[in-house]
Amino acid sequence: MSQAWETVIGLETHVQLRTRSKMFCGCSTSFGAPPNTQVCPVCLGLPGALPVANGAAIGLAVRGALALGCTVHPKSIFARKNYFYPDLPKGYQISQFDQPLATQGSLSFLSPERGAVTATIVRLHLEEDAGKSIHDRFPKATAVDLNRSGVPLIEIVGGPDLRSPAEARAYLQTLKQLLEYIGISDCDMEKGSLRVDANVSIRRAGETALNTRTEVKNINAFSFVEKALGVERDRQIALVESGGSVSQQTMLYDAKESTVRPQRSKEESHDYRYFPEPDLPPLVLTPEFVAEQQSELPELPGQKRERFMAQYALSREHATVLTASRAVAEYYEHVVRAPAEPQSAANWVMTEALADAKDHQEQLRVSPAALAQIIALVKGGTLSNQAAKRVFAEVASKGGDPRTIAESLGLVLVADTNVLAAWVSDVLGAHAPEVGRYKNGETKLMAFFVGQVMRASKGKADPKLAQRVLEEKLSA
Amino acid sequence: MSDARAVADRLIKAKRLNALLTPAKDLRKSLLAQAEAARTTGVLYGMPVAVKDNICTLEFTTTCGSKILEGYQSPYEATAITKLKAAGALIAGKTNCDEFAMGSSTEHSAYGRVIHPLDKARVPGGSSGGSAALVAAGAVPAALGSDTGGSVRQPAAFCGVVGMKPTYGRVSRYGLVAFGSSLDQIGVLGRSVHDAARVLSVISGRDARDSTCEDRDPLRLPTVPESLQGFVIGLPKEYFPAELDPAVKRACDRAIRMMKELGAAVREVSLPHTPYAVPTYYVIAPAEASSNLARYDGVRYGPRFDGHQDLHALYRTTRGQGFGPEVRRRILVGTYVLSAGYYDAYYRRAQQMRALIAQDFRNAFDRGVDLLFTPTVPAPAFKAGEKLSDPIAMYMSDIFTVTANLAGLPAMSLPIGRVKGLPIGGQLIGQAFLEDEMIEAAYALERVVPATDEA
Repeated sequence: MSQAWETVIGLETHVQLRTRSKMFCGCSTSFGAPPNTQVCPVCLGLPGALPVANGAAIGLAVRGALALGCTVHPKSIFARKNYFYPDLPKGYQISQFDQPLATQGSLSFLSPERGAVTATIVRLHLEEDAGKSIHDRFPKATAVDLNRSGVPLIEIVGGPDLRSPAEARAYLQTLKQLLEYIGISDCDMEKGSLRVDANVSIRRAGETALNTRTEVKNINAFSFVEKALGVERDRQIALVESGGSVSQQTMLYDAKESTVRPQRSKEESHDYRYFPEPDLPPLVLTPEFVAEQQSELPELPGQKRERFMAQYALSREHATVLTASRAVAEYYEHVVRAPAEPQSAANWVMTEALADAKDHQEQLRVSPAALAQIIALVKGGTLSNQAAKRVFAEVASKGGDPRTIAESLGLVLVADTNVLAAWVSDVLGAHAPEVGRYKNGETKLMAFFVGQVMRASKGKADPKLAQRVLEEKLSA
Repeated sequence: MSDARAVADRLIKAKRLNALLTPAKDLRKSLLAQAEAARTTGVLYGMPVAVKDNICTLEFTTTCGSKILEGYQSPYEATAITKLKAAGALIAGKTNCDEFAMGSSTEHSAYGRVIHPLDKARVPGGSSGGSAALVAAGAVPAALGSDTGGSVRQPAAFCGVVGMKPTYGRVSRYGLVAFGSSLDQIGVLGRSVHDAARVLSVISGRDARDSTCEDRDPLRLPTVPESLQGFVIGLPKEYFPAELDPAVKRACDRAIRMMKELGAAVREVSLPHTPYAVPTYYVIAPAEASSNLARYDGVRYGPRFDGHQDLHALYRTTRGQGFGPEVRRRILVGTYVLSAGYYDAYYRRAQQMRALIAQDFRNAFDRGVDLLFTPTVPAPAFKAGEKLSDPIAMYMSDIFTVTANLAGLPAMSLPIGRVKGLPIGGQLIGQAFLEDEMIEAAYALERVVPATDEA
């Protein structure tokens, strides 16, 4: 059936901006404080309190908009989105509506099915977060924590350009990478600093019009994105194929059951009665301010990937891995500049360095200079590949100079022909039948002899040199 | 200390007016404490200023005349209050008002109506009726009010005192409980132009906590002028309709004649969009109010009324029982005009009309007029109950005052005579941030106009 249907997905992503204080007051935004300790009259919505917009948040939002290639509007308007909920202390959320901060951007990403795809970014606007309702803390009661109330967010509305759940995941991954790159958010879904809602519809393959969509909410972990959208797509297909039709509603994803259920109509607000926020003047951005934000932007991931391919002659795959995060890309370039040969450096960073980082809170524990030295030791024949990996692990856990560590661990390859000759003699003496067969023309036994020498030397023999000594002795 | 006691005594003596919401015991205690702590060098040193109960204070509760905020103690105080205290003033209790400042008679208070000091059968005007009545009774020299559509000027006119509403953005709204955020300003009621002006000067000026408050120095008080030489006073013809109360008309004519005698040039002007002002106001103010009052839901503060078996029942009973009928009416109207499908027909058109009304004023001022003079209210104080069942008649009481709020202009009312013992107010409307010119003219007129004589 999946051949006959095409899925159409657009994502609405809420991203918490990395600011010290909230969007409209001076309260801290730090995560994990005891409930209701980071609050003031403004974010509690007390009678008479008024909002004052946070300039730092506006700057970060503009950077996000520029990185997504949006048109940043010199004038935008804050608006009130009115609805009742206990964790919304004012009874409205300050957001932006018909005049958002930025519109018409795009995001290029690699689709697992279609290759390079450019999705449209319809709009990007600023808003404040609501508080948090806690339903499982007290029996028969809901608790409200307003620490999050007023935390600055941007909402990034993507166009209906995604064609599968896997593609939606790839889009989100790329978006997350971009936002982390430019440093405007931690994009941590578990802490709620990245949240995503999805608009999903289906149509017969070949159709171009959009059908009725549903909005899937409550996707609260990265790994659920693909699953949740798959479940909703399958539900819609099954519904239509059995003669039903999709109705416009909000579906809540249940990760435990891997199902979606319609939100009760009572939970839905049908009319937000948006109107311009009279407590805040229009948000006017000078060209100087926008230019300043532009100058704060680093090289973006796509640009960096292209440059790595050109400058270091890396494959697209390798360049993609090495530019996936700004920290790794910078680390790689430091290794190369230390200096190290770019492809070897790429191999080492992608395997040993990233594997070690994965086990140690994403810390790249071996300094670029030390890694470059390890690579040089392998190139120079001082360390075998195996030994180099041990040295790397040792430097990672204890620090220190790679050569000194290699020596103290006795891993430096022995290139002294006198010492090698002794090992060779021992080996040949112990394997007289094989020596006979070799002399009778079974030259492929050389590998066996080298192996035996390595074994006798406990891996310390320089294998190339050992082979030369073996050849000399066997031909004598 | 004896001063603080005397202040308390005077306020408590005015108890029959039901103008003060602060219990006598609390008032005495606080005034003594404040007198001890007050700065002795401030320009308002020792001056008692009563405060409308929709302005947040640390000394007293802030109920907005509503059951839904019964006993509510704000954990912070309004910027205007901080400024008053820094100038040495004493916060002399909280005054009764129409619930959330919605009304023109102070009959819409959950804590009972305020009595007119000169005629107990009549209303003192509203919504700052408690503040006006206390000043008129001589209990305090000045009081803070709030003016969204005339709520300082109309009760000032009814009670025979001075009422000033500054330019929108002149005084910080931080700590003023919001009604119509784009219209609200804290204003001052005073027994004289000078008392009102000096309090206004103290509370004016920039405030980083209010983004709509202009980055300007506090208002500087003008000196009392010898004459009105050089002033051009405009008389907008739409404010002197044929059906105007004849006594009000006579009082205005007398004041105009006196301004001429003081050397002012007087000329008729037209503000053609005036007939649309009240309908425009009664779309915008309720729209903003419907949103501003959403926070009173019984979840975080204020009483929670019974019947909350589920969330929606909690909202329904708390808001249904906590708000009075006039507040409920305006929330309904405001919700309606902002609803999808009605927004364009009401809210958007009202905003367009608001821009035209503001343009009317600019046109008049561009033609060389410095100030406008009008009656403050079409008729003197009405009887209690007279307009309670007719909201539209009540709303028409604001017909001459709402325009200054819609245009964001400074305006004031001062007493210009009486009819059958009831005060009549004349209104001066100034140019944005030129309160000093308006006050200058008021100083001159105040000196000559027989404010307590029959017109």
